[in-house]
Amino acid sequence: MIPLSWYLVLAAALFSLGLYGVLARKNAIAILMGVELMLNAVNVNLVAFWRYLTPDSVSGQAFAVMVFAVAAAEVAVGLALVISIYRRRKTVAADEINLMKW
Amino acid sequence: MTVEQAVFLFTSFLILFSGFMMVTRQNLVHAALYLVVALFGVAVIFVLLEAGFLAVVQVLVYIGAIAILMIFAVMLTRGDVSQEQEPVNANFGWALLLAALFCFGLIVLIGQWPAIDSQAPALDPEADTVLDLGAALVSPDAYVIPFEVASVLLLAALIGALVVARPQKKNPRSAK
Repeated sequence: MIPLSWYLVLAAALFSLGLYGVLARKNAIAILMGVELMLNAVNVNLVAFWRYLTPDSVSGQAFAVMVFAVAAAEVAVGLALVISIYRRRKTVAADEINLMKW
Repeated sequence: MTVEQAVFLFTSFLILFSGFMMVTRQNLVHAALYLVVALFGVAVIFVLLEAGFLAVVQVLVYIGAIAILMIFAVMLTRGDVSQEQEPVNANFGWALLLAALFCFGLIVLIGQWPAIDSQAPALDPEADTVLDLGAALVSPDAYVIPFEVASVLLLAALIGALVVARPQKKNPRSAK
């Protein structure tokens, strides 16, 4: 059997990869991909805790379903924003989108 | 080492490798394809955790919708930073440091937790977790309110995405 800690370490590493992608990448779409990795790490954690600690209740899986819905909404709005910005400014580099930077 | 452990180790290596490739590739189409591999690995992890419904939803929603949407967006915004410039910004060192520290701190915290080596309790063979999940999502005693809020959120995101991405009409009064 697989101990719970393996899943948690996998999720921690996956979350850190996503965090690095969000903080370091220049392209706005690559940043959104990093957010997807982080949401997936959270989902792995939720389902692992459901399976190992509370297999009789459905709350872990129900939360994972909510995370799916929020991820779909987030990526739809995020990519719409990226495409809209690209249309106006011909760039998707996050450090060139500085109109509101003080 | 049992078969399950071997499958887990192989899958997690695949996930972490493709995640690493995803955040380091300069070509965004390659990055999106590595993202698909990582998402598929997470679906395999869900199967190992006996959450088959979530594995199917993972493949349908993440790979079938979100990753394809990403690839479309990459193709619609070609021709600037995606090809020629550096893929990382000036703060890349700080980002690396922060991510490494975060990962290290999380693993240390996980190691200190007493229930860490607990084994999975056997699932009741009579219980149908998909049936329970479906009933809980529409039951007033459980998750019907979050379920409805998620539906409204998806509708709002759909309309919002359409409004934001719609081509701007030329307004003659504000033409400069």
